[in-house]
Formats: sequence, C-alpha cells, structure tokens
Amino acid sequence: MTDSPALSLDGVVKRYGRAEVLSGINLVVKPGERLALLGHNGAGKSTLMKLVLGLTALSAGEIVVAGAAPGSAAARQASAYLPEAVSFHRLLTGREQLRLFARLAGESPRAVDPLLERVGLAEAAGRRIGTWSKGMRQRLGLAQVLLGRPQVALLDEPTSGLDPISRHELYAIIDEIAARGTAVVIASHALTEVEAQTDRIAILRQGRLVADSTLAELRARAGLPIRLRLTAQHDDAAEIHAQLGGERVNGTAIELRCRPDEKMDRLARIAALGGLVADVEVTPPSLEDLYRHYSGLETSGEERR
Amino acid sequence: MIARILAVATAEFALARRNRWVLMATVIMTLFALALTFAGAAPTGALGVDLLTVSVASMTTLSVYLAPLLALMMAFDAIAGEAERGGLALLLTYPVSRGELLLGKFAAQLAILAFAFAIGFGAAGAAAALAGGAGTESLIALARLIGTSVLLGASFLALGYAVSAIAGSATAAAGLAAGLWLVFVVLYDLGLLGAVVLDDGGTFTRNVFPWLLTVNPADAFRLWNVAAADGVALATGMTGAANALPAWAAPAALLLWPLLALGLARFAFGRVEP
Repeated sequence: MTDSPALSLDGVVKRYGRAEVLSGINLVVKPGERLALLGHNGAGKSTLMKLVLGLTALSAGEIVVAGAAPGSAAARQASAYLPEAVSFHRLLTGREQLRLFARLAGESPRAVDPLLERVGLAEAAGRRIGTWSKGMRQRLGLAQVLLGRPQVALLDEPTSGLDPISRHELYAIIDEIAARGTAVVIASHALTEVEAQTDRIAILRQGRLVADSTLAELRARAGLPIRLRLTAQHDDAAEIHAQLGGERVNGTAIELRCRPDEKMDRLARIAALGGLVADVEVTPPSLEDLYRHYSGLETSGEERR
Repeated sequence: MIARILAVATAEFALARRNRWVLMATVIMTLFALALTFAGAAPTGALGVDLLTVSVASMTTLSVYLAPLLALMMAFDAIAGEAERGGLALLLTYPVSRGELLLGKFAAQLAILAFAFAIGFGAAGAAAALAGGAGTESLIALARLIGTSVLLGASFLALGYAVSAIAGSATAAAGLAAGLWLVFVVLYDLGLLGAVVLDDGGTFTRNVFPWLLTVNPADAFRLWNVAAADGVALATGMTGAANALPAWAAPAALLLWPLLALGLARFAFGRVEP
C-alpha cells in the first residue's frame, strides 16, 4: 500500500457545453494493478481515458499520470493506449506501423520484431494491415501498448469483436503487462471475462463512480444473496424441500438463497441431511448481478472516501 | 525531435508510394509539361528566343494551376482523415508533438512534390532543349521554375493542412480545399483584373495592384519567374507588373508563405480534439 500511485484522479469533472459527462471522479490505480472500468455506453469510460491521455482538457479536478500532468511529454512517455476501434493505416505493413510507433516512443526499431513475435504476428508482419483480420489488428494494438514499458496502460474495450481464443490470448498478454508493474485500466462491458482478469472493479454510472473496490468487497457490501442449488438423491426433492424450504426448480433440484454470513450455517444443515442430497452447487452473486445492483443504485455519495 | 519527424515522414512516404501518389503526381506533371512544351513550340521564331525559354514560360502558367492543385489534393486528408479513421487519437498519445507530426507529413509530401516537379519539368525541359536549343539563361529559368514550384507547393500543402484541421471531416476538408484553390488561383486574379479595368490606369493599377499580386502565393510565383528572366517575361506578357515592384518582393512573399501557412496549420491543428 506504500506504492505511489501510477495514476490518480482527484475530483475530476468534464463538461461538454452544459452537459456534465464526468462529475467528481476520485480514483487511484497502483503499479501492477488491473482495474476494470465498467459502465453502460455513454457512462463516461472513454471520456475518462481521453482525459488521462491528455486528448481532451479537464473542466475541474486533477489527474496525475506517473507523477506528471496528463498530455505532458513525461505523461505520454509513461502511458500507453489501446483505442476502442483501433485503426491503423491499411496500406502500411504491420512491421512498418509498429516501427513508426517504436520510433515515436523513443524505442529502438529492433524492439519491433520480438514484440510482433510475442503477440503472434511474426508471420503476418510483412503484409499490409488492410489484409488482416480484426483479431490481428487488435493484437497489433496490444503490441504497441507493450512498447516502451509504460507505467499506465489504458485499454478501451480490448476484447470487443474477438473470438474466445483471441480473448484468452489477449488477457494472457494483459496479465503479462500488469506483472511488469504497469497499472492496467480496462474499460469493458464484457463482464464475465473481467471478473477473473482484474484485481479491482470501478463502476461508472452517468458520469459518477458508484463503486470502486475488489469483487469480494463489492459482493459483501451489496449483500446480494448467495444461491445454493441442491440436487436430491433418488429424485426426492420433496423431502429436502420440507426440511429446508427454498424454491423447487424441478423434480430433483431445489434452490436456496441466503446472505453471505449465513452460508456456513446453511451448508452445515445441508450436510446434516446426509444421503438425501446428491450435490450442492454454491453460486456467489455474479458480476452481472453486482453491476446491476450498483448501476441501479441511487448515488448518495457513499463511494466518496 | 528530428528522429520523430523522420519517423512520421518515413511512414508517410511509404503510404504515398503505396497509394500511388508519387507515381500519379509525377506522371501528371510530366504529361502536361511535355504537352505544353510542344504545343507552345510555334512562337519561337517570332520572339527570337530558344524553345526552352518558351517552354519554361508555358510551364510557369501550368504550374500556377497544377502545383496548388496537387498540393491541396495531397494535404486535405492529412488531419481530418486521420482523425476520422481514429488513428490520430492514438498517435497523439505518443510523446510526439503536433508540430512534429505536421512537419513529418510536410517533409514527406513536399519531397514527393519536389520529385514530381523535377522529373516533369526536367523531362519537358530536356525535350525542349534537344529539339530547339537552350542557353545558360533558359537553363537557369528552368531551375528557377522547379524551385519556385516547390515553394508554391509548400505553401498550398500547409494551407491544405490548415483546412484539414479546421474542417472536422475529410469530406468537408476536400470541399474547403477545392474552394481555396478556386479563390487563390482563379477568382483572386479575376477580381484584380476587374479592378484594374475599372481603375483604367490610375493609382490603383500603378501602386496597389502589383503589391496585391505578391499577397497571393500563386501570383508571387508567377511574378518571380517573370521578373527574373526577360525572355520568360516576353513570352508571358507580364512585364508591366513585374517592373513596378522591387526585385525582392515576389521572392520574399513566396518564401514567407509556406512559413505563415505552416504556422496557421499548427494553430488550427492545436484546436483539434481527436
């Protein structure tokens, strides 16, 4: 906890004309931390990234990127960005495009080939980007994020439009970036994947930060019920239902809901039933449940800490 | 800084080679220059100058139209197009300044224009010299034509970037660029001509009109080429205005224009939010 933050936002406000797109955002990301930034379309995720990158000016508040002001040469040197619909010159080859980025980042063009190899583009590197698939272009986008060892990496919907295998590879690379000590911010609405791939979750709703914590903490605070699904031995759900209550799903299964702190007690009672129960499945509230919970909440400033 | 400008210029040059801009610009310049040289071969005897001189005079007129056109066509997409495709936002997150980006593109596109002018005018000039003879003076005039065409192209490249930054979309930028060409190359001269006719040889024609010519890079280009070579002046019939100005006026204007326009483009680019 003593690490100085790689990225910090303090009271950040962004207005376009009269519309307030972001209001009073406080956020800190530590080196090596992977933060998921969740929110509906138009919640302000991309605007937040553009502010951090210095592509658009702050209306109020302060942002510090690796100790520097957003948009300054030092901040740009320390940050990397993967835009939502990443677009490269169709007529350049992958190698040429990445060489341009390497030279702009002040890195040797020799770093380019190993990077292309790393993201699995070594073979395609000499072909024009116009002939590439979307997954390949996205991987090239990620390769340029790896350039120059950034301290902060901002990835805007990195997996949109990718097949499951490409997504998996993409997250392997993201883990690698974080393991080097880079703070990674991933804007997404692909909730299920973010669940396993990030350390902390921030939820934006209409320009306000309505949640910012670990998944476990968010679960505890939301107090959403845990679901226990019991499968009866010998199709005897009626007997279990009589003893434990709950909701009958079909002839052989029952679903119970309980608060997190009641879970062990419930499990003990289930275990006491012995042979009646064939199987128990425990499902904590999913990220989607949490997301619904927090993005539906009235913002009473409870996240201001 | 130089390394980053070079990096942008290298990529830009590779792009221009692939989308055939280098080839197209060179072919267009060569074809027109050759056609004009041989179409204009007739008055040689009457004026008592060699064929290359006449050829340079015709090519000067050609360049007034073609150099700004080619430059604007190359430049209008530079900022608006890149912003539309989404590449500009990513580029600007790199430690490269907007000025460096602009200078990189400018260097590459100006090199392409210079190549096209040198090949096009050079080929036509060589053909004219072989067919109708050339002297030292007409060779210098040819070199001057190529050099000043590059300056004229530079002015309009930079004006094209400014338009590209102001327009907001590539389509609007194309329209604005066409308008710019029309104003500088056609309407400005027509307006001045009308004023001269109305003035009927008064103070405007003698004192103001020549200076107004230097304000427009296309006219400054014409004046410089005309004023510097008697033979060319004879062949274009622009001696009057050329003699009314000090010798430095047109060159100064043509040298200042690219700088001013680049400054304007940098200012406009600074206001672009990708």
